[in-house]
Amino acid sequence: MPVIVVEVMPKAELLDPQGKAVAGALGRLGKDRFSAVRVGKRFELTVDGPVDEAALADAREVAEALLANGVIEDVVRVSEEVA
Amino acid sequence: MTLEQTVVDTVERARATPERQQAYAALGLTDDEYARIREILGRRPTSGELAMYSVMWSEHCSYKSSKKYLRRFGERVTDRMREHLMVGMGQNAGVVDVGRGWAVTFKVESHNHPSYVEPFQGAATGVGGIVRDIIAMGARPVAVMDQLRFGDLAEADTLRVVHGVVAGISFYGNCLGLPNIGGETVFDPVYQGNPLVNALCVGVLKHEDLRLANATGAGNLVVLFGARTGGDGIGGASILASDTFTASGPTKRPAVQVGDPFAEKVLIECCLELYAGGLVEAIQDLGAAGISCATSELAANGDGGMRIDLDAVLLRDPTLTAEEILMSESQERMMAVVAPERLEGFLAVTGRWDVETSVLGTVTETGRLEITWHGETIVDVDPATVAVDGPVYDRPVARPAGLDALQADSATGLPRPADGPAIAEQLRALIGSPNLADVGWITDQYDRYVLGNTALAFPDDAGMIRVDEESGLGVAIATDANGRYSELDPRAGAQLALAEAYRNVAVTGARPLAVTDCLNFGAPTNPEVMWQFAETVDGLSEACLALEVPVTGGNVSLYNQTGDRAIHPTPVVGVLGVIDDVAKRVPSGWQDDGLNLYLLGETALELDGSAWAQVVHGHLGGRPPAVRLEAERALAGLLAAGASEGLLAAAHDLSEGGLAATLVEGVLRFGVGARVWLDEVLERDGVDAATALFSESTARVLVAVPREEDVRFVGLCAGRRVPAIRLGVTDAESGMLEVQGLLTERIEDLRRIRWGVLPAALGARSTAAGS
Repeated sequence: MPVIVVEVMPKAELLDPQGKAVAGALGRLGKDRFSAVRVGKRFELTVDGPVDEAALADAREVAEALLANGVIEDVVRVSEEVA
Repeated sequence: MTLEQTVVDTVERARATPERQQAYAALGLTDDEYARIREILGRRPTSGELAMYSVMWSEHCSYKSSKKYLRRFGERVTDRMREHLMVGMGQNAGVVDVGRGWAVTFKVESHNHPSYVEPFQGAATGVGGIVRDIIAMGARPVAVMDQLRFGDLAEADTLRVVHGVVAGISFYGNCLGLPNIGGETVFDPVYQGNPLVNALCVGVLKHEDLRLANATGAGNLVVLFGARTGGDGIGGASILASDTFTASGPTKRPAVQVGDPFAEKVLIECCLELYAGGLVEAIQDLGAAGISCATSELAANGDGGMRIDLDAVLLRDPTLTAEEILMSESQERMMAVVAPERLEGFLAVTGRWDVETSVLGTVTETGRLEITWHGETIVDVDPATVAVDGPVYDRPVARPAGLDALQADSATGLPRPADGPAIAEQLRALIGSPNLADVGWITDQYDRYVLGNTALAFPDDAGMIRVDEESGLGVAIATDANGRYSELDPRAGAQLALAEAYRNVAVTGARPLAVTDCLNFGAPTNPEVMWQFAETVDGLSEACLALEVPVTGGNVSLYNQTGDRAIHPTPVVGVLGVIDDVAKRVPSGWQDDGLNLYLLGETALELDGSAWAQVVHGHLGGRPPAVRLEAERALAGLLAAGASEGLLAAAHDLSEGGLAATLVEGVLRFGVGARVWLDEVLERDGVDAATALFSESTARVLVAVPREEDVRFVGLCAGRRVPAIRLGVTDAESGMLEVQGLLTERIEDLRRIRWGVLPAALGARSTAAGS
């Protein structure tokens, strides 16, 4: 079954406590080349049928309305997962 | 890079270009206010100064509409009321001496608007903000409470708000490890488009640990520590969306903030270690208006000036402009004034807690607040003009046009049931209504006993915390507000809120000592709202004087309305009391068989604005119950004496829902039944059975007294002139609440009705993890 992937990230200007915690842990591991981390979410929507423009439009709608909290998050990707 | 494209508006440039148009209106400043800023400075403000004045002169920070009235709290205080007051209004929070070298600080604040826009983060950062106010006084936060007002429980949007707010509060408070020991939840359609999320925090300190937000001592360093500064919540409004400040295109920053309770927990411990080491001269938390507020308030409260280098602020986002840095409301930040010789020790402590710290500047003798950015001066102002001497408005007031008609429409004429089955049916309807139902769905999501010092918590009338582990010295806190009463009569409504909170503290056996308040109202530009506000403050300050409990601080939240429709005036009043030993506390429900139940106080036909009128008749009109402050005082004195002599097995106040609600809550608390008879009450007070059960007359408490203490208790009541009637006995065997001749209800049925309401409407509980 084809899959549409939706990726959601915290808005760039807002604090991302999870990313900050991971960045801190990287420092303790000695991985100093990574100066910042931001943690987002990935959703995999399994599609019953072909991934056409209608399915993508549906996915975009769901992403904006439900999967992302528009006040503090942005939808950064809605596309078919290519195996 | 964006930074280089930005034209820095310096003081020098402001002098040279007086004609430059500034979009002050988009920042919320009026023509007059802008003119006044120009007059104060003798030139046009720089964009940085404009940013500072605009946020600090906003209603939220300057109290410009309410200041005129708030003075009454300070005027109506006697020396006796000041006796226990270590810090009164004007600092981050009031501080009360509770004895044995201990002091307690507490404050309630609003976070209404953010909690509607983004319920989870709005409510979470509301908790975070009030906790930092408490830390800033030098205290260790020990408990929180929340006062919530939501819209109609049947509306879909209410679900969004309730789930988000409750999850946000439990997330932040539980992660922080603070018990949530009580509060209020009210559902009413007037809050549909404007829920109220008030948060209270209480902290404990030794007298010598007290810290104030006064920047004194020229040469001392100004230090910013905690989280980095980012673009969160800039302006708290769409202020910067207007693209006034940069030439590099519009910057659209969200007005909400994201909180990090784990960072705040570290900040608490770090601050307490700094205080213990004597490393801090003064401290201020960063809340609304961020660095603008902290620098101007610290400097204005001190004796000199301050010079700040904004380039030293550690940023999460390097593209922030100077104006954005000044206005950012990034969470979990504090500002301290540190003597230069103690800086090393200070940095050692913040380093140990992994708290980022930067020295921003120094305290000066100039009397000016000067801020530089990229080597140029962008702010040069008298800090008092920013933080203290903002505009004060004497806004027009007008008694609401429909108030006479509303007050004339009494509930007294509504049909009251006469027979047992009809009364029983109405009782079941009452306890099955959202405002009298069990709110365990909400409060069970909060830690109540973490830290191990919680002596009482929800569903008792007040929360109680042990302060001194050796002696058992503790404090009790209760908050109350009845918007329906305030809508009918704002003066009486505020006094009734105080009276109820006072009584709720008294029933635990504690002696009420001090008050905090959060006054939630509609738009001050509406003369009718302003009249309600004026009446409220006047009434509340008068009642505080009568009960000898001073207001120590609080918050005013205006503009709570949807379109033209304001919320009911909702003056949340918090009362703090002290108890010598929490082991002597009195719970709200009875646990043993064969205790005598006494009804203290008198019942009159007072159903206007009552839960009964709302639930049974959908009615709001008339006059709220009479305020009986002398009776409340006598009652509180009796309860304190009774508790300390161990005469009381339980005590529960009568308020919304009257005696009926109190009896149901009493039997449900520990599942021990009761048999009561109303004859004596009906005869003495000249009321019918429905009135006896549903009237909301004040200064009444139901107490349970062990039989062997009966004589002493009756003597105590007589000696203190508190009317008392033996109303019945507790019954552990029956599993029933019986009101003789009227109704007999199974406790299990009552429990099922009361517990079912919220889960049925709200569904499964939210988990604290998600947002």
